[in-house]
Parts: sequence; structure tokens; C-alpha cells
Amino acid sequence: MRNKLLPISISSIFIIIFVIFYKGLQDTNIYTPEEKINNEIPTFSAKLFYSNKEVNSSEIFELNNFYLLNIWSSWCVPCRQEHPLLMSLIKNNRIKVIGLNYKDTKKNAKIFLNELGNPFEKIIFDKEGINAIEWGAYGVPESFLIYDGKIIKKYIGPLNRKLLKEINSIIK
Amino acid sequence: MKILKLFLVIFIIFSFNHLKANNEDMKSKITKNLRCLICQGQSVYDSDSEFANSLKILVDKKLNQGLSENQIYEYFKQKYGEWILYDPELNKNTYILWLLPILIFLIGGAIILKTFIIKKK
Repeated sequence: MRNKLLPISISSIFIIIFVIFYKGLQDTNIYTPEEKINNEIPTFSAKLFYSNKEVNSSEIFELNNFYLLNIWSSWCVPCRQEHPLLMSLIKNNRIKVIGLNYKDTKKNAKIFLNELGNPFEKIIFDKEGINAIEWGAYGVPESFLIYDGKIIKKYIGPLNRKLLKEINSIIK
Repeated sequence: MKILKLFLVIFIIFSFNHLKANNEDMKSKITKNLRCLICQGQSVYDSDSEFANSLKILVDKKLNQGLSENQIYEYFKQKYGEWILYDPELNKNTYILWLLPILIFLIGGAIILKTFIIKKK
């Protein structure tokens, strides 16, 4: 019995380690934060892009209304791709698009908007990237669909036609 | 009296410096325990990405607001989930991680003890 204890324990340790690593292989190692749906939107105060006025989140997002918060920047190439989609989204007057200008300069952002159009009802100017963190975002572009003060959908990365259709069907 | 005032001023300046230094220490301690989500495998402290830089600014602001270390961790955990902390908590997903080293240590200890007892006999 004593002679058997050593090989049994060594092999069981190896089996345990093997199982752990094998399970680890199947998991993706790129982490994206859990999508916390139906969470209330964060309360924050932020500066508006054009007026430089300090506003609270409750002044931007009214209840009983659909909003799409879009985090964008002039230096972000995928934002350039999704911009025409935002322009077409605002044709639907059931939704308002709010922009969050992430770590950008006003000069470049204005050039970007003059060139591609401005779909945003209001733009939050987030020079330090702090407001984006309040939203639990970690890059650009990211979009949040909001209704009644709650996040009902979160889109990481640029929007595409399929997602736009989805948004349009949600807000119908 | 003048000298006393001077000392008082110097004392106040030094005590503020001390506070600042403490904040800096705490800031680097916290940012070392936060994972940069864009450059995974690096801490926020080590990373120079846009995301990490924003996090550093926010940690600084939260410390100035008087939040404690744990409150700051809790804040980020709420925003990004537990993954953002390098030091995982003990729960149903991490119990193997925490208990395995102890288990291996005990089994190893038992093996060593056994062999010694056998040798002595």
C-alpha cells in the first residue's frame, strides 16, 4: 500500500494539472467585460463639446426615449467607417444619438464632423478618457443603446449594417 | 513669534508633501494590481496605452476624493468585472486556483513525511 501511494499521488497531481491546462486551452484568452444588460446608466458630470458647459447625465438622457451613446474619436479609423451608419440612423426620429468624443482635440474632431457630418444631438467632450471608463468602455468605437435610463444593448467595435438593422427593429 | 510661524509654515508644507507621497505610493500600488484590458498581460502601471493612462488619472482622482484602496477596486470591479484585478478573490470560479497549491503542499509534505518514517523504521 505504501509503495503504491507515491505513484498514485504523483499521477493524480499530473492529471489535475493536465485537466486544468486542457480546460484553459478551450477558453479564449482575450477578455471582454461581461455585458451588463439592463443596468442603469452611470451618473456622471461631463463637459459638452461645443458649449463647454458642465452637465449631469440626467440632463442628457431623458426617460422614455431611445438613445445611442457612441464613443468616437477623430483618430479612430473604424469610427470613420461607422459614421455614415450613424448618419442614416438619425433619419429614424425615435432615437437620438449622443456622442462621446474620446481623447481627442477639438480641432481634429471638428474637422472630422465637418467632413463626414454631425449625427450627434449632444457631444460629451472626454479629453482624459474618464467618462468612457464610467461607462465601462475600454476603447473606441463602442456604442450603448439606452432606454428609460437603462443600457439595453452594448456594441463593442464599429457598428455595421446588420447591427443597424437590429437597432432599428428594437426601437420600432 | 516669527520663527514659530515660519516653523509652522514649514511643518504644514512638509506634512502636505508627506500626504502627496503617500498618495503616490498608493496610486502605484493600486495601478499595479489593475490589469490593462487592451494590452492583456500588462498591469495598468506598466502600460502606456490610452486606456491605462485614463485609468491612472481616474485612480488619482478617486484617491484625492478620499476613497480607500478597496473602494477603488470595488469601483473598477463594478465597471469591468473581477478580471480587472490581478489579485482574484476566492469564489466558485477561483477556488481551485487558491486551494491547489495548499493541496499540493500537503500531499508533498505527506510524501516526505512518509518516506522519512519509512527510512527511520
